[in-house]
Amino acid sequence: MDVLNVFLDAIRVAIGPQAAVFALAGVGLNLQFGYAGLLNFGQVAFMLAGAYGASMTVDAGGPLWLGILVGMAAALVVAMLFGLPALRLRADYLAIVTISVGEIIRLLVRSSTLEPVTNGVFGYRDFAAWFYAINPIPAGRYGVGNLAFPARTLWLIVVAWTLVLLASLLVLGLMRSPWGRVVRGIREDEDAVRSLGKNVFMYKLQALALGGLMGALAGSLRAIDSQAVRPDFFLTITTFMIYAAVILGGAGTIIGPTIGAMALWFVISFSEGLLRLGIESGVIEFLDPEDVAAIRFMIVGLALILLVVFRPQGLAGKPEAGLLDEH
Amino acid sequence: MLLGVAGSVLCASTLWTVPATPQEPAPSDSGQGVSGVLRLDEEPVDGARIEVETPEGNPVDTTTSAGDGAWSVPLVTPGAYVVRLDEATLPDGVVLADSTKGSLTVEVRPGQDRVIIFQLADESGPTTSEEGFDWRRLVSLSVDGVRLGIVLGVMAMGLSLIFGVTRLINFAHGELVTFGAIAAWVFNAGAFRFPLFLAGIVGLLLSAALGWGLERGLFRPLRRRRTSTVALIVVTIGLSEFLRSFYQLTFGPLPEPYRDYALQREIDLGPLTVTPKSLGIICIGAVAIVLVAFLLQRTRLGTAMRAVADNKDLAASSGIDVQRVILHVWILGAVLAGLGGILLGVTQKVEFDMGFKALLLIFAAVVVGGLGTAYGPVLGALLLGVVIQVSTIWFDTEFKFVFALLALILMLVFRPQGILGRRERVG
Repeated sequence: MDVLNVFLDAIRVAIGPQAAVFALAGVGLNLQFGYAGLLNFGQVAFMLAGAYGASMTVDAGGPLWLGILVGMAAALVVAMLFGLPALRLRADYLAIVTISVGEIIRLLVRSSTLEPVTNGVFGYRDFAAWFYAINPIPAGRYGVGNLAFPARTLWLIVVAWTLVLLASLLVLGLMRSPWGRVVRGIREDEDAVRSLGKNVFMYKLQALALGGLMGALAGSLRAIDSQAVRPDFFLTITTFMIYAAVILGGAGTIIGPTIGAMALWFVISFSEGLLRLGIESGVIEFLDPEDVAAIRFMIVGLALILLVVFRPQGLAGKPEAGLLDEH
Repeated sequence: MLLGVAGSVLCASTLWTVPATPQEPAPSDSGQGVSGVLRLDEEPVDGARIEVETPEGNPVDTTTSAGDGAWSVPLVTPGAYVVRLDEATLPDGVVLADSTKGSLTVEVRPGQDRVIIFQLADESGPTTSEEGFDWRRLVSLSVDGVRLGIVLGVMAMGLSLIFGVTRLINFAHGELVTFGAIAAWVFNAGAFRFPLFLAGIVGLLLSAALGWGLERGLFRPLRRRRTSTVALIVVTIGLSEFLRSFYQLTFGPLPEPYRDYALQREIDLGPLTVTPKSLGIICIGAVAIVLVAFLLQRTRLGTAMRAVADNKDLAASSGIDVQRVILHVWILGAVLAGLGGILLGVTQKVEFDMGFKALLLIFAAVVVGGLGTAYGPVLGALLLGVVIQVSTIWFDTEFKFVFALLALILMLVFRPQGILGRRERVG
């Protein structure tokens, strides 16, 4: 059954490394957007920092684990770049700065002037040998039929979802701490928190940086998964896909980004699979296979609009009043 | 307003009488490609590496110039390509005459052997000017900057007007820009073959319809439901993504030119040489901005717009139909965006993500000039346009966005309300 295969493929993608990367970046974005109310439209820049930190360090002769740390350090620099000019201002200024700076970082990395440093449009390849060398899972395929992973993918999946779990637990702990109460207070009423004598700017910057660190880790994982890093892997659309995942799952909930990322990738790959099936079997005649990618992004855009309009609380629902609710 | 723009299109189109000089495709029956001969003062330059890649940066092929300086790269598919001369592989003493022209983007038509000319110079004697500084180039780049600034200013004014009355930053404004450009393209070079100024008017009318539709169909119902600003911003992000992918699907991923004014010879105006279309663009953009200023300052509707932007509740209580004013501002904003898109399409080409690329510069212009003010963005855009173009004298063209960014960040740090913004709390 072809449709069954498409379905199993979609399940495989929904629990695969891609979804885990989105979930991890989503946990970070959820901390910034869902809990602190920061409109960070540059999450992909943190991922770029993580990916390039890892690959450039290995390229320079360093070990991969050091590269991942370098990537996280670079993410802190990005957080300063985003936060210092914009976090003192109204929320929409942060949106403008993050979307602009994120895109300009990508343009700089791919520029031919910086090519001696960044390898320009070509990027880096094959730098994650160390990660796959320490794989403790014996070689082979694990799973049933179409729903199976080779050992190296399984290893990455285990590591990635473990990191998602740890990050989610960290956010859970933080939100139950005094720090988390202040951050959520800022989301609800910034002036009220300020009048209590809290340094709102510092709390926002901390939330932005912490979410950015998770984004950087997600970027490193993505680089390890594809064993290739190019500036054009880090387009703004990735940030918006993460937004779609977070809002789909439920912004401001612990489990939201994880279910959101899985559900989003399931929907994307299931619908793409059906489209491809339709095109191959001649049922759908007005589309070319290369149009499918554009349709993916149309789905993401439409999902964002419809979710905000019809189900702002997402799949997980929301126990507390949130950002996207009607006021 | 529309009539006025139409009139200015007509007035400017009389300027554009210099015949276009189309590129003659060399007769070739074996597919398409790019080629050229590298020479410096009739001396062939050999051993220089030339790289061809797609606009997305995927490498296609690399070649090296032969003993007679000739090189050629056959291409499997027609389309847009970036051809780059690797300056480091030039022989000692030979450099690019203009270091910004080492990477050229060209459109290769089916079956065409596109000839690429890289201007080379002797390193010892700069070809620019004896005094070491090329004033003609500065003047010509300033004109380019004014043109870019006017085009950006038209778009930025639309964004800022919509923000003024709705307090919403429309992240889909770039897609309104692209919409105007594509709509005009459909009537100029696509399904219909109207002259560009007619197609442009149709494009503006369709842009107005889109602005009307977005407000009536999406944003007014959402405001009624008292949707929060953050949620509305996410909606505009989704809208931007949806529309851009829709354009990619229907218009296609490759840039397409308008049929008119594609190539023009420069005319000499004393100290500056300029293409007639540049003058036309500046003229049309300036007229549009002046018309909007007139509308805002001298008409009842404009006064109402300013009143709503100033204080919505006060305006409503003094009898102004706020919803109607917001609807008109959406229409006006969409028309300005569409006009900017058409003008941008005449300078560059029409592309599915042209508006999205311009959005960063629009944001920078709006923040520098003052978000929510009507004229600040125009001022910011002119400043940015000139800085961006003139900076290419000293810096690589790839860095022009960095200057826009720098302006944006410095402005936010030192004067967040912008040049013309009022001193109010933006934090």
